Amino acid sequence: MMLDELLQQPLPQLLKERPYVRDFFAAMGIPLPSKGQRLGQVIDAVPAEQLTEFGLDRQELMTQFAEFVKQMEQFKAGAAQPVRTVTILGGCDKAGQPEEIQLELTVGDVVCVVGPTGSGKSRLLADIECLAQGDTPSGRRILLDGEPADESARLAGETRLVAQLSQNMNFVMDLSVQEFIALHAESRLVDDIDGAIEQVFATAVDLAGEPFTLATPVTALSGGQSRALMIADVACLSASPIVLIDEIENAGVDRRRALELLVKQEKIVLMATHDPILALSGHRRLVIKNGGIAAVIETSDEERRGLEQLNVLDRKLAELRDQVRQGRRISFDLDLFLS
Amino acid sequence: MKLVTVAGPPSSGKTSVVLRVAESLVAEGLRIGIIKFDCLSSEDEHRYARAGLPVKTGLAGGLCPDHFFIANIEQGLQWGIRSGFDLLISESAGLCNRCSPHIDEVLAVCVVDNLSGMHTPRKIGPMLKTADVAVITKGDIVSQAEREVFAFRVRQVNPKAAVLPVNGLTGQGSLLLQRHIKGARPFGTLEGKRLRFSMPAALCSYCLGETRIGPDCQIGNIKTMDFS
Repeated sequence: MMLDELLQQPLPQLLKERPYVRDFFAAMGIPLPSKGQRLGQVIDAVPAEQLTEFGLDRQELMTQFAEFVKQMEQFKAGAAQPVRTVTILGGCDKAGQPEEIQLELTVGDVVCVVGPTGSGKSRLLADIECLAQGDTPSGRRILLDGEPADESARLAGETRLVAQLSQNMNFVMDLSVQEFIALHAESRLVDDIDGAIEQVFATAVDLAGEPFTLATPVTALSGGQSRALMIADVACLSASPIVLIDEIENAGVDRRRALELLVKQEKIVLMATHDPILALSGHRRLVIKNGGIAAVIETSDEERRGLEQLNVLDRKLAELRDQVRQGRRISFDLDLFLS
Repeated sequence: MKLVTVAGPPSSGKTSVVLRVAESLVAEGLRIGIIKFDCLSSEDEHRYARAGLPVKTGLAGGLCPDHFFIANIEQGLQWGIRSGFDLLISESAGLCNRCSPHIDEVLAVCVVDNLSGMHTPRKIGPMLKTADVAVITKGDIVSQAEREVFAFRVRQVNPKAAVLPVNGLTGQGSLLLQRHIKGARPFGTLEGKRLRFSMPAALCSYCLGETRIGPDCQIGNIKTMDFS
């Protein structure tokens, strides 16, 4: 839409269609009345001295406003067409040995990244994150939906491919759960904010096991609750198609359900883990060695059968954990436990 | 010689980001010099020196740090040229949120951090608003949602800037920043160039060392609040 049209629109209609316009003017201390005037009239009424404080004149304000609207619309359009496949074209490992691989990751994939510390897991993730085009030390190239990323969009940092979930992350905002989700939804330019709050909250409570409310401050959530909220939020609200999960073995949430949720929300899940249950829950395992992808292991039928047995043991361990939590004495017969 | 101005609130991670970028660029064969502008004291020169980067420190002392910066940057540029650098990075702390050292045509980087609060992008004004590249640090310790909200707010304040998350400890994300820096323009002199935004001004008795309080003591460019 042309700038002139925006300026001629009545404010109620403009703010309904583009609520973000309010933020732009609020940042310059220009409040927008909810009714009556047109945007052009409001801008005309702003004293020139007020604009000078922000290093602007009316012309520059218009230029910046047009740029802002363009960016926000691009942002919205990008969210409407999420990336569906990410392709990794091999480069070379730290010894310069070619990494002969072409790996396609599609939404719904769960891929584990395995290898000891220092093997090059971070290097792989950094390549994906910066959309490497043969210009990183690994020489790898990343394609989105089969195409190399647009270079100018890449340099502008417009495509954020990887959302991260790790044990080290904390909430630092002093907000309630409700305000927190609303703030994230607003920044994603979501139309139905109440709907988003409802969805993320219900999903998080379901994952957490221990209930909390919309009024709970995010900083007061327990470890498990905050992990659950982070997972639900990433699944439902994050723009990034790839979710990187780092060491959530002890996060205190139902890991299997968390994975199911991310898959259902059409994410590509990359999981750095050495936990056999999590590793076998994935479709594939990327084995990283000396900075390169040394092998790709498809989870076999035998491994899947093994996973079922592991899950039985895991549930039994969970029961024991629960008994400890409830202050009971544990007495069990190992043979019975393993049977 | 290429010139880059790096600014940002205190403790946002400017030095760490510059160090990570410089490590990679030096490895590519670039000769890099640093000028660190600070107020009362600076330990950062030791960090640069340890990394093998030639550094000059300027302490503004009782002067407005940005006024001090602009009065010295041309001489700094000449020092860099004499020293044979390919790239000179000027790092200055944005202390009053109203100031900005960014100069027309000179690549301008602003470093802000995820821990500084959701309202910070709006508060820091011209230093961020007029930057070409906004670098966001400390993303590894906050939630994904907070990272996304913060980056969005930075974009709202400066829709034209590239917004790049960089981890100042590991250097993750610094590749794209390096690309911007390698594309910075070279200068032989800054004479005749203009600041992107005027600096905060005052010319009052307190600028000249007055310490007493009272209407008789405040002379010059004074602005009063309305408490009615």
